[in-house]
Amino acid sequence: MKQSSYGLVVLAGALFAMLPWLNMPAFWQSFLYIVFYWGVLAVSWNLFSGVSGYFSFGHGAFFGIGMYTVAYFCGHLEMPFLPILILAGFLAGLFGLGIGALVFRVHNVRGELFALLTLAVTFVIATVVLNTPIDGGPGVYLNSVVIPKFGPNIAATFYLMMLALLIVTMLAAIWIYSSKLGLGLSAIHDDEDAAEVMGVPTYRSKLVGLFISTYLAGMAGAIQALFVSYVTAPETFSITVPLFVVLMSVLGGTRHWAGPLLGAIVITGIQYFFTVGDSALMGKMILGLILIAVILFIPNGLLGNFARLRAKKNSQKIVETLKNIYIHSPNKEVQKPTSHVLLQTHGLSKSFSGVKALQNLDLEIYQGEILGLLGPNGSGKSTFINLISGHFAATSGQKIFQAKDITRLSAHEIAAQGITRTYQTPRPFNELTVLDNIRLVASYAGNTSLDEASELAYAALMQVGLENKADALPSDLNLHQRKFLEFARALAAKPKLLMLDEVLSGLTPSEIQSSVELIQKIRSQGTTILFVEHVMSAVMALADRIAVLNHGQLIAKGLPTEVMRNPEVMAAYLGKKVE
Amino acid sequence: MPSLNLLIQSAVSGVLLGGLYGLIGLGLGLSWGFLGQINLSHFAFVFLSAYLSFELVTKLGIDPLICLVIFPPIFFIIGVALHWLIRRFQITPFNSLLLTFGLTVIVEAFIQWIWTADFVKLQTSYGDKKAEVFGIYLPFAETMGFLIAILVAVMVHVVMKYTDLGKAVRAIAQDPKMATAFGIPQKRISLGIAGVCTALAGLAGVCLAMIYTLNPSQMYTWIGVVFAVVMLGGLGSSFGPLIAGIVIGVSEAITMVFINPSWAPIVSFSLLIALLLFRPGKL
Repeated sequence: MKQSSYGLVVLAGALFAMLPWLNMPAFWQSFLYIVFYWGVLAVSWNLFSGVSGYFSFGHGAFFGIGMYTVAYFCGHLEMPFLPILILAGFLAGLFGLGIGALVFRVHNVRGELFALLTLAVTFVIATVVLNTPIDGGPGVYLNSVVIPKFGPNIAATFYLMMLALLIVTMLAAIWIYSSKLGLGLSAIHDDEDAAEVMGVPTYRSKLVGLFISTYLAGMAGAIQALFVSYVTAPETFSITVPLFVVLMSVLGGTRHWAGPLLGAIVITGIQYFFTVGDSALMGKMILGLILIAVILFIPNGLLGNFARLRAKKNSQKIVETLKNIYIHSPNKEVQKPTSHVLLQTHGLSKSFSGVKALQNLDLEIYQGEILGLLGPNGSGKSTFINLISGHFAATSGQKIFQAKDITRLSAHEIAAQGITRTYQTPRPFNELTVLDNIRLVASYAGNTSLDEASELAYAALMQVGLENKADALPSDLNLHQRKFLEFARALAAKPKLLMLDEVLSGLTPSEIQSSVELIQKIRSQGTTILFVEHVMSAVMALADRIAVLNHGQLIAKGLPTEVMRNPEVMAAYLGKKVE
Repeated sequence: MPSLNLLIQSAVSGVLLGGLYGLIGLGLGLSWGFLGQINLSHFAFVFLSAYLSFELVTKLGIDPLICLVIFPPIFFIIGVALHWLIRRFQITPFNSLLLTFGLTVIVEAFIQWIWTADFVKLQTSYGDKKAEVFGIYLPFAETMGFLIAILVAVMVHVVMKYTDLGKAVRAIAQDPKMATAFGIPQKRISLGIAGVCTALAGLAGVCLAMIYTLNPSQMYTWIGVVFAVVMLGGLGSSFGPLIAGIVIGVSEAITMVFINPSWAPIVSFSLLIALLLFRPGKL
């Protein structure tokens, strides 16, 4: 599938590259140049912003950096164009990295805040360019720059350069959409916190994505600068570039790599039609109307449903292939708890602006055991899971996992150590199929390639009995199935420690029974389990040991029967005896 | 080193201009804070109102102060109608940004179609009027805009803080479904808020027309400043935008005096960036 897409793009590119020698009419050559130009900008924008959901309104800034790199080095300093073309991309990418490094550190800058921030950055750069010798106000003429010769004439040179860049951009987009990076970015789009806990290095992924995206935008700017041969700041950093790339991507659909390209073709066509008819204003109004209509009626874009269908097909295909080679691994001997400590916390504490959610917790989890963590609501159980998984940083204390200090590791690093969790309310990635949800976790937390991850994912699906739902979207599942999807995600990561956060709540008695069996099966494969639960019958049936929290403090731990007779535990649950 | 008088004069201009920032920001912030909509078309409505004032005053010879009275109700109706339309579709805040972006482009093209892309200036008898206090000039239009901004902020504050309607609005902002369950006519109130926000845009537009030379594409240059004002001031706050507007207005004015007028835009944008980065939780 991926290979055939690459092949198709290269083949189509080769065909288009021949056109200048076949006496293509000048009109078509210039029209196609504009289509390529917008295609590069829209596809490059989408391969980060569309995939990750970090809509940048600053694509114009990176594009502009490319333009002014050429203006400065080729225009002012009279350097040759081609090396500067590479430099332009590099500078734009570097700038993207710089902004990303700063912005992505702030957790709340998401969605609309990121959009506004990048828009503001554009105006800052415009002001700087305008007020420094880079431009200084009057604009920069590039008439004297020597244009490299590729085609039969100068127009063909631009046509071919932009075409080449478009092909590179499309290949990059296809790669992203089918790679582990792309899968991780999609997960970030749907639920960034969960993605990090599931092992996706969110910060790094976003930086890499933004770098590729801005690099390509910078190169597009460089070619366009030479094409227009006169660069001005108001024109370069205008609202047009961000408006158009967002419009094209939303119109075509951000969930498919080719969506923005389709959008670029449609919009450029409309633009051209109206400019030729001398009614540019009409064209502008129609663009506005299209944007509104698309948001209201087809929020997923023209290719939105197609992309969804293709993801489903892809999942089906993987399952079909694996069905034949998958061999049910025989259940191993039932594992018994050992005296070997897997996880140890020392004085673990967490305060939320003064509220002590967890105080001075010393708790050890033995390899191979099922430890039940109990306590009334608000006693700190979920906080404990969030601390171990690295979602929250501890206020003080230490976490030792397999004799290694993991206190300072970030959530995705902890996931890679072999610690996985499920969420009380299932948090699947809504736009990924069931199989992709599991594949993602298997490849990131299990640190495997996507192909290996597919096998692990399929095995996990078989284990929870969801193999018929592999191509479904999480929204098609009922609560029980979604809880099992949570299980499957955790299983596919082959965790050493699995933390289950109230997996049984909201289930019917028979569903509880099947879940309990599943948990036993998981343990029998050598996974240690921490088990937070209110359903007492299940706790007594499953847990080897129990620890009880109250008001953020550990009040008892030991064998289930002993702990339940502990007066302090009884008081915590039932209240104190009246004297 | 500029003279003290010049410095004070520019600071005062900054304060007055900040009032206009605050007035535009108030409407934007209210709809963001209480309706969860990032209404970019707010800027389009400000400019539409400004151009309509220009038309009425120049062609029909109507006093611009009359525009201040007749525009708010008209824009209130536009705002209600628009929100009624948007409400029929469940759209996310981000999509509301895109949708109103589309609307802004349409309004911009419309303005350009009727009034061309050339600069126009509303000429009135108020243009040259100014008061002089201790050698500091207070131009009529700017001062009027500033006073309107204060008046509106006070009114919004009183309604929000001391009336049942205000409580209902705040309840809706926190949890619309729960508010509805407790008998608050959520739909009607949302429509009302949208109407008021747009009416404020209409009001601001008249002031804008009396102060500035107009050009349709200028609406985009206001976006950064006003968003900075809204974020600095706090979403849905009544006095916040006004105070933030004054802070930004004065910093811009001082930048113009000490450095160069062309560096002024960087002040608000840098503030906006710093703000998003260093206190994003407070928004």
